[in-house]
Amino acid sequence: MAASNFYAQTEMDGIMMAKNNFCTGAIYEYSSWNQYWEGTYKRENLNFGTVSTQKISVNGNYGITDNLNVIFSIPYVTTNATAGTMSGQKGFQDLSLTLKSLVYEKEIKGNWLSFYVIGGFSFPTSNYVADYLPLSIGLKSKTVSVRLMSDYQYGDLFATVSGAYVKRSNIEIDRNVYYTDEMHYSNEVNMPDAISFNARIGYRTSRLIAEAIFDNWTTQKGGFDITTNNMPFPSNTMNMTIIGFNGKYNLKQISGLAIIGGLNHVIAGRNVGQSDSFYGGLFYVLDFTKKIKTTTTDEK
Amino acid sequence: MFSISLKKLKLLQQMKNNIYTTLGKCCLFALFLLNVSCNNDIEESNQQYPQLNPVNQDQLAGTWKPILLTAPDEFSLDVPVATTTAAYKAEINEIKSYQSNITNDQQRIIKYWSAGGVLRWNEIMQTLVARHNRPPYQNQDGTYPTPTTANPFANPQFPFSNPPFAARAYAYVSAAQYDAMVATWHYKKVYNRAAPFVVDGSIQVLVPKSTLPSYPSEDGVLAGVTVEILKLLFPTEIAYIQEKADEQKLYRIISGANVRSDVEAGAALGKKIAAKFTARASTDGAGAAIGNQALWTQLETNAIAKGETPWLSLDLPVRPPMLPLFGNVKSFLMKPADVVANRPSPPPSTNSPQFLTELNEVKKYSQEASKEHMKIVTFWADGVGTYTPPGHWNAIANAAFVQENFSEVRWARNLALLNIALMDAAISCWDAKYYYFNPRPCQVDSSIKTLTGVPNFPAYVSGHSTFSGAASTVLSHIIPSKASKFNTMATEASNSRLFGAIHYRSDCEKGLLLGKAVGNFAVNRATTDGAE
Repeated sequence: MAASNFYAQTEMDGIMMAKNNFCTGAIYEYSSWNQYWEGTYKRENLNFGTVSTQKISVNGNYGITDNLNVIFSIPYVTTNATAGTMSGQKGFQDLSLTLKSLVYEKEIKGNWLSFYVIGGFSFPTSNYVADYLPLSIGLKSKTVSVRLMSDYQYGDLFATVSGAYVKRSNIEIDRNVYYTDEMHYSNEVNMPDAISFNARIGYRTSRLIAEAIFDNWTTQKGGFDITTNNMPFPSNTMNMTIIGFNGKYNLKQISGLAIIGGLNHVIAGRNVGQSDSFYGGLFYVLDFTKKIKTTTTDEK
Repeated sequence: MFSISLKKLKLLQQMKNNIYTTLGKCCLFALFLLNVSCNNDIEESNQQYPQLNPVNQDQLAGTWKPILLTAPDEFSLDVPVATTTAAYKAEINEIKSYQSNITNDQQRIIKYWSAGGVLRWNEIMQTLVARHNRPPYQNQDGTYPTPTTANPFANPQFPFSNPPFAARAYAYVSAAQYDAMVATWHYKKVYNRAAPFVVDGSIQVLVPKSTLPSYPSEDGVLAGVTVEILKLLFPTEIAYIQEKADEQKLYRIISGANVRSDVEAGAALGKKIAAKFTARASTDGAGAAIGNQALWTQLETNAIAKGETPWLSLDLPVRPPMLPLFGNVKSFLMKPADVVANRPSPPPSTNSPQFLTELNEVKKYSQEASKEHMKIVTFWADGVGTYTPPGHWNAIANAAFVQENFSEVRWARNLALLNIALMDAAISCWDAKYYYFNPRPCQVDSSIKTLTGVPNFPAYVSGHSTFSGAASTVLSHIIPSKASKFNTMATEASNSRLFGAIHYRSDCEKGLLLGKAVGNFAVNRATTDGAE
């Protein structure tokens, strides 16, 4: 239910950093819900009120070559419930590392078709407690993912679709017996894998990007539903479908500086909160190609 | 996050050379990533338990003192057919027929049940408790429905196996299994029928050979007695329970340890013994423990009259207190006067400086939650959706008993002592909770945030502490070499409630003491039941 950090944005867009360019920045995100799906049953829980997650992340994307980027992101997460007695949690969550490769690109009458292969790896960076849902800051699983993506740019318009298989490692919890849909006499929890699908469409120039997003996260076999009035558990089947809007603007006044922001809304889910979120951030590009800073890295 | 790129708009150089090498590298990388952690199998401790091979068969257990039975032969058992008869030979042939073609599933059943019938039924109990340990969901109008035996499948299903319910359930099953095993050992000696592998040396034996007579089969008796009691306690689970019982009975025949009549006669005996326990359970007062609105109001009024801050439910919507009359449930070992005599002295008055000191201590733990404390809180939480603290102590006991190689009858006896003590802990603790009706720390100071759910009943004394005090006392008596380990665990379980900011120090310390006092009733019985 706290698993809102399913993906980073950059790995799923049809944009590459040029060789030796390093883009880095910070994002603040606020997400909250007061209704959730207990299995398929949508309900509220007055003992939690509104559950919120705030996230400040430091992110970076470096162009190893024009066709191969390495991306990282590490968030600091704070959770809170407005009602009930349960204490919120905070801490550094999972570091994600992504290799993004542009493997094919073709011009078709001035428009561009491109294909990407994206490999991701994430792991927890602090000893946070996963078995404390819905207020834990993450699920503590190490993940590896492979995403295939295609992007088509038609003039200033574009469309991007991608799909990923996310493999998740078992986690250890601080109990040696637990019940899912059966008893387990172990402190290890088998985490179901997931498939992520993402589609985005919008306007894209080097100055401005404005896009609508559709995203789906579907847990694969091995998960289970929260039973009536039970607490959520890390290996629950957590599915969610999100629609959202993202924007990015590269400032004219300060070359290399960009402002980003966006909104997301969960339209359907299973064993997750129906969260609404917004975020905003600042990014700056450093070009390590030349010793002397050029006056212009943008054009169009 | 977005990155800046001019690629799309300006360059196509060096692409072609790079595409294929990059693609190759990416695919290799992807394959590597997917293979890093592909083995997700979990090793579960209870699957590693060896086949039960008791060092001591407890030949004289037929003379041990039963709990409810007036005598081991209070219920009759038919005389078995002789091993020389055609009927018996047919039963031997049934074993051979099964053994000529043992399926994988049958092998699984043998591996599972041969670790011990008392052990496996206890684990099944833990599963049932965990599955049903969920507070009812509220009605539209903010009231709560009550699970009822009259209509157990209705929403909410019966039971809500909260800690007192669970403690009582474990106790009835364990006590009945113990009496049934005493009767079994008695009749084994009376009828002295040889095991099938003794009668026919060509039969394979897939489990350690017992030197005991095989009629009646202890597994048959266990299946018979347990099914009947679980039907009463978990009426929605009959199909699941029956399936387990059928497996247990089949395992004895396939493994060559018993013929069918050993098993079936045992099941019939077990069923008769169970009836004595289910009759007691129907009239022990547990059904009335929920109370009613008048009682709930009275408890509050009484506390106010004494000048104390009364307990209030912190659940939203406000939920009636959990089983306020459970203190009146009829114990196996304690008389009602014993419960009163062992009632802890009053907690610090909610108006006293000591109360404030203890409240501040709770607040400190709430604010300074170390990772180590958090771990202790989580390990012992045993809240909603779990097997409860009594279940946790059963799991601890089982893990210890496995290493002792107890016979089934001794295993049953030891779990009966443990679970009767845990039921007495529930009775005595609930008596104190509703006698004093003391508020939780976060009720008095809403700035106190907790690290685990706040149970819906008064604070004084801590249930976890009482259960743990009782359990560690009994287990220390059974396995003295592990006494310090059990006591350390009990203290940690008790402290976990203070660290979790849901109990004051007095709740925990007095709870542990109450638990130890209660546990001594079972220890006293243990020294006089003929097993030591």
